[in-house]
Amino acid sequence: MAYRDEQLHEEKVFKDPVHRYIHVRDRVIWDLIGTPEFQRLRRIKQLGTSYLTFHGAEHSRFNHSLGVYEIVRRIIENFRHRPFWNEEERLLCLTAALLHDLGHGPFSHSFEKVFGLDHEDFTRRIILGNTSVNQILQRVSPDFPKNVADVIHKTYPNKLVVSLISSQIDADRMDYLLRDAYYTGVSYGHFDMERILRVMRPMEDQVVIKYSGMHAVEDYIMSRYQMYWQVYFHPVTRSAEVILSKILQRVKELYESGYEFHVKPVHFLSFFNQEVNLEEYVKLDEAVVLYYFQTWVDEKDPVLSDLCNRFVNRHLFKYIEFNPNLQLKQWAELQQLFKKAGIDPEYYLEVDSSSDLPYDFYRPGEEEERLPIHLLMPDGELRELSRQSDIVESISGKKRTDHKLYFPMDFIEGLSERSKIKKRILEILHG
Amino acid sequence: MLKEHAKLMAFFSECQKVEGRKRLQKMIYILKKCGFPFSERYHFHFYGPYSEELTLRVEELNNLGLLREEKEKKSGYWLYRYTLTEEGKNFLQHYHLDMPDMQPYIQRLNEKSSRFLELVSTMLYFDGLAENEIVNKVRNVKSKQNYTDEEIEEAKAFIRQIIRHH
Repeated sequence: MAYRDEQLHEEKVFKDPVHRYIHVRDRVIWDLIGTPEFQRLRRIKQLGTSYLTFHGAEHSRFNHSLGVYEIVRRIIENFRHRPFWNEEERLLCLTAALLHDLGHGPFSHSFEKVFGLDHEDFTRRIILGNTSVNQILQRVSPDFPKNVADVIHKTYPNKLVVSLISSQIDADRMDYLLRDAYYTGVSYGHFDMERILRVMRPMEDQVVIKYSGMHAVEDYIMSRYQMYWQVYFHPVTRSAEVILSKILQRVKELYESGYEFHVKPVHFLSFFNQEVNLEEYVKLDEAVVLYYFQTWVDEKDPVLSDLCNRFVNRHLFKYIEFNPNLQLKQWAELQQLFKKAGIDPEYYLEVDSSSDLPYDFYRPGEEEERLPIHLLMPDGELRELSRQSDIVESISGKKRTDHKLYFPMDFIEGLSERSKIKKRILEILHG
Repeated sequence: MLKEHAKLMAFFSECQKVEGRKRLQKMIYILKKCGFPFSERYHFHFYGPYSEELTLRVEELNNLGLLREEKEKKSGYWLYRYTLTEEGKNFLQHYHLDMPDMQPYIQRLNEKSSRFLELVSTMLYFDGLAENEIVNKVRNVKSKQNYTDEEIEEAKAFIRQIIRHH
């Protein structure tokens, strides 16, 4: 039997708190789960710094990747024998679902921002490079690694296959919403996924939703909206994210200035030199990063030591709502005041905007801007969701963005009571 | 603060008016590929390179009153137009932004249709491939657009010119 068709003698089952069970029968999928590159995802948290806000949010990209695989497996089971579905694409879909987040690094959002990296690029490099994952994919067929990478990067010619893993209502989003809601412990974020899976229909180049399932999709959109503001954009999580970015920025600056580290950042050198190779990339996980942060608490450099202490011991920056347009002058004044007070604004004053985070909520958008969710009407016509659903229209029509100013309140409070600088800083911050 | 937003404002200021979000997406992508320091990350979507970060930043500029968004109902969809507001112009004036001159590029991009810009940006997205592979890839992923050989040749020439110019 060809490797691609090989089945395990007995089905393997992972117990999962979100989907109850994750079923694996394909030898290829089982072998991929066992590779070091996939096992590494156990050491990368799904929600980055959110665990500092929601203490339950310690789940990993490993859990999520298995979850996405399981959802796609169930969708495909429902698609069997339906028009437009080609059963030959089954293994490709399952593999792409499993490996879609393979290139995520530790606290990847901050890392990518500071070092100008893109995890999608590393996913591709792991799949196509000299790795255990690649060896397994090659055994399926010589072009299989490239096809998997193309599906994940949305450039595979069969758009139906792509849309299962990445579209406005895909397995990736469905898993992370349910999983993140479960692990953060929030009461929103839940929706009837089983119902959505039952009303999904394959079309020529996209997955659409049978009209009768519109209310289940409304619930999904609502949960996406609530999770966006209540979990993903939580201001405390963003405070931790700001500090994390500042640590990386500081370490890089110290390294470039020739600073003698007590604990040299060996694992970061290729990131500083902007020549990150695959071997070094996969070695860096969150356990390694947190080890460095812990040791840098004792570094001589006061800024690095302080920032690491803040992160490790959850001594975060405070924040206020900030309007960068109306408060442009105050921003300039605050920078001057911070400098005069001996607090470096480069590391201790930051405006964080909603666009700085990698999450979105549903917007139908303009024609041909981005593929929306389509409902399959009883007469066979396709209609964009917000044109049919008042609930979705009311949410997607509203534009909400926000900006917050982050600063170390303890430093400001520590300034002399008689200091005019302190008085003026507090006047600005308290409006 | 808002450095990346300010770069976009400089773009809108040079353009004076941008018609259509799709056009906006493709113009920024092409300028980025020409080496202009836009930081918005792009990924391939159904209709070519697309940046969610760009969409969000434009929304933020609009909500802050720095960018005006007008929408017009077309048959079955909305068309969006963008212009900098007076506040936006004022903000940009006080923001000391060091941005290379985009004007000659914007002028050239403005002369082209959205369909053409979609083709150019898609070809640029695959610029890591060999030239014949790029064409095959574009024909594969954009099969519905039915780009003609002439259009593809024109796009190739356009890319050569703008990249060389830079």
